[in-house]
Amino acid sequence: MSVIEIIFYIFGGLTVLSALGVLFSSNILYSAISLLASLLGVAGLFVLSSADFLAVTQILIYVGGVTVLMIFGIMVTKRVSKDNEPISFAHNKGAGLVLGAIVLGVLSYFAFTLNPMLGTAIKGQESTTLPIIGEKLMTDYLFPFEIAAVFLLIVLIGAIFIAGKKITEK
Amino acid sequence: MIPVIYFLYISIALFVIGLVTVLVRKNAIVILMGVELMLNATNINLVAFDKYYGSKMDGQMFSLFVIVVAAAEATVALAIIIKAVRAFGTTNVDEFDKLKG
Repeated sequence: MSVIEIIFYIFGGLTVLSALGVLFSSNILYSAISLLASLLGVAGLFVLSSADFLAVTQILIYVGGVTVLMIFGIMVTKRVSKDNEPISFAHNKGAGLVLGAIVLGVLSYFAFTLNPMLGTAIKGQESTTLPIIGEKLMTDYLFPFEIAAVFLLIVLIGAIFIAGKKITEK
Repeated sequence: MIPVIYFLYISIALFVIGLVTVLVRKNAIVILMGVELMLNATNINLVAFDKYYGSKMDGQMFSLFVIVVAAAEATVALAIIIKAVRAFGTTNVDEFDKLKG
């Protein structure tokens, strides 16, 4: 077993076990911290697939942005909401687990019918991917890039408009 | 060299855990976390297949836009959740049962 494989197992285990923590933790704050660990594991997997820029983006946006936003949301809703008891499972637990098992079975079936050694030969990107991504953003993906910019502006205004307004009682 | 199928296994596990989180949990914010897990599972797939099939960067570019959309989705969903919590006084999605609040 090489060093790369050991690192892969560490990051993969971190990802999956922390995701299980999100699912099974009864305290939502622990769920948020588990989500943070899981997203860090995904960033490690990105590094192992030689996507360095994407790994940094993952850490900046998810670990630094989305998780903090979620913890902020938890704190705001804790203050407003009446219920203080730890949140348990809902009553559609059986149906959810059955549907999850079905999806797991179908996806695993398709994964196991693939050739297990598929795609091992191609050598990855040795140097940084940053120049290629920058060039592609300005040439092939220019239109989605501009659309993403306008989209983020709309999201910014929309989020402020939705959450910022007080409910006025008549 | 790690076979691409190992990335697929982790992606499958992450997707199913996210799906069960969305279906089973009551709290609206934890449901949002489940959606994030599912989006990350697709990102792992895109990046892994991009590396193992020629490394033309198209998978990574797509994954970048998925991250943009996921961040926007989390922001707007949290705004809606905060609004709903102000209206209903709880984060339990089973009690969000009125459209005209």
